[in-house]
Amino acid sequence: MVFFMDLNSQQNVSGAAIPGAVADMIRFPERFFWFPFVKYQEFSYFCTPLKSTYTMNHNHYETVIILTPVLSEQQMKDAVKGYRELITGNGGEMVHEENWGLTKLAYPIDKKGTGFYHLFEFKADPEFIKTFELAFRRDERIMRYLTVKLDKWGVDYNDRKRKGEFNQPKTVVVEEAAS
Amino acid sequence: MSKEVNFIFNQTPQVLQKKKYCRFKKHGIRHIDYKDKDFLLKFVNDQGKILPRRITGTSLKFQRKISVAIKRARHLSLLPFVADGLK
Repeated sequence: MVFFMDLNSQQNVSGAAIPGAVADMIRFPERFFWFPFVKYQEFSYFCTPLKSTYTMNHNHYETVIILTPVLSEQQMKDAVKGYRELITGNGGEMVHEENWGLTKLAYPIDKKGTGFYHLFEFKADPEFIKTFELAFRRDERIMRYLTVKLDKWGVDYNDRKRKGEFNQPKTVVVEEAAS
Repeated sequence: MSKEVNFIFNQTPQVLQKKKYCRFKKHGIRHIDYKDKDFLLKFVNDQGKILPRRITGTSLKFQRKISVAIKRARHLSLLPFVADGLK
């Protein structure tokens, strides 16, 4: 008998119900098999493995980087392209990207008054963030970076911002003033 | 109580100060964006210091979120750490 599981939601997709013993084998694989790749935490035998390594566990992240103004426009785009490929190459999924261009800084960083701001919004595995930030630290072109995990309100806010819901009241005011 | 005294006691507190309210609770704002620098400027004095909530009137829950958002904005050089005449 074959059962189909949805790897992301960990739910039974096949029509028939899974018998209890088999369901236990799926929920607690380490009680039945020895998996070299299942992470053993303390007391993991008694706890449910919340995040197993073989299912993709994607979080919603947002990263802002500041690139040095020394770069030319083309060099800046090349650097950004490299990081975009790093995200998509490691199983991440790009949601949104924004380039703010050459922007004035509130205080000088590395004796520079301006910087290229770039924003990535993506879904990725938490393990990926380590390699992502390590690449930033090694790169001399990047002056600052900040990665933030978005909660559901943050995701909702960014969705609405992209649709342009927040700018509407302002335009109404302008129209009234003009008329 | 005479009418005059009643008039004074009822009126003076209202005239002196309005009741403060949390603008996040009032408008149903759930998420504070650290990239929105103009919005964060409302919670900062002209030296760039975070205003206490006894002045702005925000609830504790959102004051914590604001302080985190302002610190993130400072790290990204959107807001200054120290300033002179920000506004």
